[in-house]
Amino acid sequence: MKAWRPLAAATVAVLLTACGPPQVDRTGPQQDKRTGTLRVWLFDEANREPKETVVNKAVRQFEAAHADVTVDVRYIPVDSRSERFTGAFNDPSSAPDVAEFGNTDLASYVAADGFADLTGMLERWPAADDLSPSVLDTAKIDGKVHGVPWFTGIRALYYRTDVFTELGLEPPRTLDELVTTARRIRQARPDLYGISAGGKYHYAMMPFVWAAGGDIATRDNGSWTSALTGEAARRGVNTYASLISPGICPPAQCAGMTGTESVQAFAGGKAAMTIGGDFNRAAVDAGPVGDDYAVVPLPGYEAGSAAPAFAGGNLLGVMDSSDHSTLAREFIKVLAGKERQREMYEAMGNLPTFTDVQRRVAGDDPWIEPFIRSLQSGTRFVPATPAWSEIDAQEILPTMVQRIATGTDPKEATRRASEQLNAAFGD
Amino acid sequence: MTADTTTRRVGVEPTAPDDTAPPTRKRRGDGRSALFYLAPSALVLVGVMGYPLYQLVQLSLYDYGQAQASGGAPLEFLGWGNYATLLGDGRFWTVLVQTCAFAGVCVLGSLAVGIGLAVLAGRVRTLPRMLLFLAALGAWATPAVAGSTVWLFLFDQDFGLVNEVLVGIGLHGFEGFSWTYDRYVAFGLVAGEVIWCSFPFVLVTMYAGIKAIPGEVLEAASLDGASTWRTAREVIMPMLRPLLVIATIQSIIWDFKIFTQIYVMTDGGGIAGQNLVLNVYAYQEAFAGSNYGLGSAIGVVMTILLLIITAIYLRAQRATGERT
Repeated sequence: MKAWRPLAAATVAVLLTACGPPQVDRTGPQQDKRTGTLRVWLFDEANREPKETVVNKAVRQFEAAHADVTVDVRYIPVDSRSERFTGAFNDPSSAPDVAEFGNTDLASYVAADGFADLTGMLERWPAADDLSPSVLDTAKIDGKVHGVPWFTGIRALYYRTDVFTELGLEPPRTLDELVTTARRIRQARPDLYGISAGGKYHYAMMPFVWAAGGDIATRDNGSWTSALTGEAARRGVNTYASLISPGICPPAQCAGMTGTESVQAFAGGKAAMTIGGDFNRAAVDAGPVGDDYAVVPLPGYEAGSAAPAFAGGNLLGVMDSSDHSTLAREFIKVLAGKERQREMYEAMGNLPTFTDVQRRVAGDDPWIEPFIRSLQSGTRFVPATPAWSEIDAQEILPTMVQRIATGTDPKEATRRASEQLNAAFGD
Repeated sequence: MTADTTTRRVGVEPTAPDDTAPPTRKRRGDGRSALFYLAPSALVLVGVMGYPLYQLVQLSLYDYGQAQASGGAPLEFLGWGNYATLLGDGRFWTVLVQTCAFAGVCVLGSLAVGIGLAVLAGRVRTLPRMLLFLAALGAWATPAVAGSTVWLFLFDQDFGLVNEVLVGIGLHGFEGFSWTYDRYVAFGLVAGEVIWCSFPFVLVTMYAGIKAIPGEVLEAASLDGASTWRTAREVIMPMLRPLLVIATIQSIIWDFKIFTQIYVMTDGGGIAGQNLVLNVYAYQEAFAGSNYGLGSAIGVVMTILLLIITAIYLRAQRATGERT
């Protein structure tokens, strides 16, 4: 009667090792249909109407050129994108053919085998030659392009012209001057943050690291290693963390602030400066600050230099599981084409990714000029590795900044963050 | 022996082996019918608990991230690898200690408040009792996310009612005081919210228990000259023990698994992750970081810990129960 025991143990062992957790089967035959419904996922916006108008125009143009094709556009919320994309990767039958996604998510999506290689398509698309090289770099993994840059987002330094005039200040020319200017402002105006730069705003922190000549991580023989413990990187991190101090932006208020909250503090009239994107224009214009502000590129450590900006932005990609892959590529050429990009800029303020369109746009609108200047003077990007999503989600960089701002020794904080980065790269 | 058991014995006779002694046979017959009665719920349990647990354990043995789930990368069997990583990570131990301490404070807090108010409810008139129960049930019925958000509003550093009142009564140190900045203040605030929404369960359970104690027993105790304290300790408490065990175990399980309140009130684990508890940590690893394997390992460790705590508590209760 005791025979069942080893039997049960063996069964459990087999169950645990032999079957393995569920995986999507990708061995089925791939189709390439030329008719039917093309499913498209785009991100929803706070005010979607202008975006929808441009998209609908592209859809009508595309449907007119392709008989028996309908385009079904869905708008998905940005906050829950991770769940939506995970679902799409795990269940190809519910996945779209074309999707918009953030360029920082690219590496992990490609590792999940989610998006098709578009290098060949770009080679045969004449307009692609005008794509800004540094922006196109953010769409590449191992030299292969997996998305067409639809628009880019650049951050620069916003400052209150009324406060600066009142206190007789000039916009800072170096990052060290940024710190002293911010301190002087709060001394004279204790009701204001010198600069609102939150502890969770790592896209504002990175330009400080790059300006100091450091980097988040470096790539050697295909594997990434943290570079945060380097002298230069630590200098940048330190300068940024020193902004979160009682004399500039008190840690109790600012250590937990995200990028959006930092910009909101500025737009709400609570801060004299902030690091904001071109895409924040509408929010700032609508707030009590109104017209009393100006924008300059974020300076570097040397007078006259600019800190390399982070090249954020969104891409349009073709899902690997798509059974309309040719149509999907054709649709991207329409939606991400020069004409629609220009319309998207007029509708949403999204910066175009074609250099010639950028120049035309800057010529027409002086407001955008500092952003274009930052963009064309060279941008940088986060480590292009699937581990980035994990690093982002675990808030390793914000945690590091918060620890320094709340009194941990910078050496210890950068060392700990480095360990965590390397652990994430190693997975 | 009743007629009923006799007929049942006759019914199972042919299938039972002949060499078995009658008492054993009877017990086995009882066991079988018990199994038969339990089968439906066992089936449901296997479906909704067993299978997910099986998958959880299985995931925890693999290097299983988003790339593996969607077929972009091959599966790699790690064996105890995820557990070794987890147990070797100092952060896990910090979070574990934090979780235990936090859950302990919440359990004791909700038990103390719940029992105290239950005793109070037994001694006041109908109207105040009704108001007390309405307030408690209101707190109980509030969804955790809504409750946490309301508490955050109340304790907001700039516009919160609490700071305004404290400054109003002359405590100027609370002007612009942040309740979520310091680690212990933040934990205290969240513990307050957790106790607020979990004491009603203890209150209702214990109130029902107190009401169920027959008046004669208490009368007998007072006739024998027992003091209030002695009655409470040696008459009421032993009679309440079964309910108290249930309330405590429930509270331990709930408070050990706290997620919503920490996630909402400390914005995903506090400044530099200082307010992380195990469940939020597991969520960050598994879902935010798409590291399902390691996240599952945390889940398994949590399940085992909870089972151990519950088992120890049950044993301790049985032991004291036998002594008194």
